[in-house]
Amino acid sequence: MKLLSLIVVCLTGGLLLYGTADLPDWGDPNAPASLHLSNYYIENAIRDTEVPNLVTAVLADYRSIDTMLETAVVFCAGLACFLLLRDFTPKKDHHYRHVPTGVILHVKNPDRQVIVGNEFEEMDKEWLPPDTIIKTVCRMLIPFIQIYALYVVAHGDFSPGGGFQGGVILGSSFILLAISYNLKYLLKRVSEKFLGILSAAGVLVYMGIGLAAMVLGGNFLDYEKYAPIFGEHHIRALGMLGVEIGVGMSVTAVMVIIYINIVSEGKHDEGL
Amino acid sequence: MYWSINLVILIFVIVCALGAIYVKDLLATAILFGAYSFMMCLLWAIMGAVDVAFTEASVGAGVSTVFFVAAVFRTSRRTKD
Repeated sequence: MKLLSLIVVCLTGGLLLYGTADLPDWGDPNAPASLHLSNYYIENAIRDTEVPNLVTAVLADYRSIDTMLETAVVFCAGLACFLLLRDFTPKKDHHYRHVPTGVILHVKNPDRQVIVGNEFEEMDKEWLPPDTIIKTVCRMLIPFIQIYALYVVAHGDFSPGGGFQGGVILGSSFILLAISYNLKYLLKRVSEKFLGILSAAGVLVYMGIGLAAMVLGGNFLDYEKYAPIFGEHHIRALGMLGVEIGVGMSVTAVMVIIYINIVSEGKHDEGL
Repeated sequence: MYWSINLVILIFVIVCALGAIYVKDLLATAILFGAYSFMMCLLWAIMGAVDVAFTEASVGAGVSTVFFVAAVFRTSRRTKD
């Protein structure tokens, strides 16, 4: 059976390699892809949109509806992860840590609850105190990562980057916080409800910009109709910045939602 | 000069892909996938597709490796086959 699958894999790979021989060379000016549409984008994108980064101009302006539905797909991925993994069943036994002394209480009866005040805090069975070096390094690193993420989002139309990449970097800074401290520390700062609302709000910002353009009398996502409000200057770049912020919000929240649900099996205790 | 850098990175890509298949430790597989994504990111950057390279670096080498490690942390670290 293993031999058979190896033969099938080799045959398929060989056929694919044989097929690539007919593909046009890299950067070939006579390739079908660079004969029609690419030329138009390269020649007219700066005149049409005043955005130096052609990739962003194509993604967020010429093919904006495509990107909008991609954001919706990312949102659906987060939603599916939440619905599949989130576990709302209450824990059988509870562990509490007395903060000043470090004494740990183990309550086996699920009906009994220790009133969690300032002195006691609920903890997980597998909890280990986070290392001071890791905590300090991550605490110093995270603000820079977040500022870089905001830079990537804001400069999407002038340099490589954009809402998707910036959102992923911003989300991974939250994930770094959850790894270096623990998951509860993160969830105290950005609650699950906030993340859910943020991921939906990102898609809504995108669609809202499109619909507002329709209200102002243009086509869906026609940024030029905002000119009476924001002025003619770089109006399309401004519209692209708006939709990139929407994408960034959605992607940030979805990355964090997927992480916290995978790493704690949906229980949201002090995981990895 | 140019093609030799390409060749070295392509060999690294293939080595990482084969290693990810044959290594029994799933944590090592996750790390190898991260290395694979980073090599692909370098290839995109060489071909001039900077935006794609950026996405590959942040999503492929960054966040998806974290997701794999998290999944390994919650399941088993050894494969059965």
